[in-house]
Amino acid sequence: MAGCVGLSAALCQEGVSVVQVLLFSLFNGLLYGMLLFMLSSGLTLIFSMMGVLNFAHASFFMLGAYFAYEISRLIGFWPALFFAPLGAAVIGAVIERYGLRTVHKFGHVAELLFTFGLAFVIEELVQMIWGKTNKPYLIPSSMDFTLFTWQGLDYSAYRVFMLLTSVGIFVALYWLLTRTRVGLIIQAALSHPQMVGALGHNVPRIFMYTFGFGCGLAAIGGVLGGNVLGTEPAMAIQLGPIVFVVIVIGGLGSLGGALIASIFIGILTNAAVSYDVPFGPFFALFGVSSATDIGNDLVRMTSGSVSSVLPYLIMVLMLILRPRGLFGNRDV
Amino acid sequence: MLNVTNLHAYYGKSHVLQGVSFAIGEGEIVSLLGRNGVGRSTTIKAIMGLVEHRGSVQFRGQEISGLLTHEIARKGLGYVPENRDIFPTLTARQNLLLGEKSVGKGGRWSVDDLYTLFPNLRERADVPGGVLSGGEQQMLTICRTLMGDPDLIMIDEPTEGLAPMLVEQVSKLLEAIARRGVSILLVEQKLTIALKISKSVLVMGHGQLVFQGTPDQLLANEQIRQEWLEV
Ligand SMILES: Nc1ncnc2c1ncn2[C@@H]1O[C@H](COP(=O)(O)OP(=O)(O)O)[C@@H](O)[C@H]1O
Ligand SMILES: [Mg+2]
Repeated sequence: MAGCVGLSAALCQEGVSVVQVLLFSLFNGLLYGMLLFMLSSGLTLIFSMMGVLNFAHASFFMLGAYFAYEISRLIGFWPALFFAPLGAAVIGAVIERYGLRTVHKFGHVAELLFTFGLAFVIEELVQMIWGKTNKPYLIPSSMDFTLFTWQGLDYSAYRVFMLLTSVGIFVALYWLLTRTRVGLIIQAALSHPQMVGALGHNVPRIFMYTFGFGCGLAAIGGVLGGNVLGTEPAMAIQLGPIVFVVIVIGGLGSLGGALIASIFIGILTNAAVSYDVPFGPFFALFGVSSATDIGNDLVRMTSGSVSSVLPYLIMVLMLILRPRGLFGNRDV
Repeated sequence: MLNVTNLHAYYGKSHVLQGVSFAIGEGEIVSLLGRNGVGRSTTIKAIMGLVEHRGSVQFRGQEISGLLTHEIARKGLGYVPENRDIFPTLTARQNLLLGEKSVGKGGRWSVDDLYTLFPNLRERADVPGGVLSGGEQQMLTICRTLMGDPDLIMIDEPTEGLAPMLVEQVSKLLEAIARRGVSILLVEQKLTIALKISKSVLVMGHGQLVFQGTPDQLLANEQIRQEWLEV
């Protein structure tokens, strides 16, 4: 069929064009990217300020989704959008205050192991409370309709809302960090936390708030994304690694880097699936033929089939070629 | 006003401070001299609660050893680190404003006072701290700590790596600080400005004080200078 070179077979049969798919994967990629940003921004802030790589970060994304599921059953989606992140933020702050701060004395390895263990504890708790299966956390019915159709493809109201909300959160975060005194103190603590303390600012409290705030941001991601991506106990483990990929590519400690890397990874994984570019011709250039078993596998590979490893591949390349990431100011 | 008694500090197994005792009176400039690596910076960091230590540190009769760094700062101690620790993404002006412990409390120093002392900082107010020159960063880091209105300011090697003209500026600033009734603990390697402005001098060698006295007494004591100061 003309006009669908490189598209996956299913999409091609539906008769959509390359341009339509391009727009649609850009939109969905951007959306997924903004969700990733809500996780990676908090993770990278916490890391560069406290030196803690929080393995449990995606668990707060999951908590956000489960809390939102419960709260929206009781009093609706809008209160959930506010209270679920708040709850996760308070839990995060308490964990920092009474867990991490104590473990901190024993060094970074102890902290790392602590957050690692925390991720499993949270997963177990979620399974105990809500069970192992998917929860029917649904898109609020008030936004469950097609907002507009453009170039022959439907854009759902909820997805547009997700995108606007996440952009709004990015703007608010930027404003907070660059225009308020608290934000300036946080920026200062990113580079020289001891000096901030020596100037009389309560650094342990700033750490606690930042940790809680980062957990809250991740939970907003969970509230917005849980009903699209599915709310289940494995969601944290599935999303966690990709968030690390994002902050490595963007550069540890860089918010701008986290934004760009999030959107890049979001669009890349979406486009790789939609386009399903065959790698056969590429391998053929190197003389690989389908005559051998391995050759056959390689020739039949497409971007869709490798889309899930693509981000990790890029991360590995990044670590080799530019260990500080796109915008980082220190090596990983 | 500051009484340090029998201060010990360790980095791992190495015993870096081995019983340091000295006192600083109200409004005095005291210099802590010594070669590189003898433990002068560690002394200040211990007083500021930035390194683990044993011994007593009293400020205005109150024990501050064991308090958290920000609590010590809020008692009225100021600290200017040797590597300056300018916040690189913030402008010079924002760096200054973060020196204030709370907004608009007002103390001995206003932003305008400091700009008058260093017109350069006014010109460079909106430049990110990270791109200022070494001299500008040195002035900025001292001024930033002054914005917190300390009663005693501890300054670690402010003239290190500065051109002679800037060293002169630093020396003038120290005197201006003292004129407003702020005590100074100045850490230096060379004698140059220390002898000129200090009321008393301490010389440190390998984790212990080896001399305490007036600048004149130090000048007269060739043996101490030979052994512990001049290279
Ligand atoms: N963070 C640290 N870890 C281990 N050893 C240190 C550390 N900081 C300083 N030292 C060691 O402690 C000693 C005293 O250092 P310092 O107080 O910085 O000396 P000074 O300021 O007089 O040059 C030196 O031998 C130095 O190598
Ligand atoms: Mg030193």
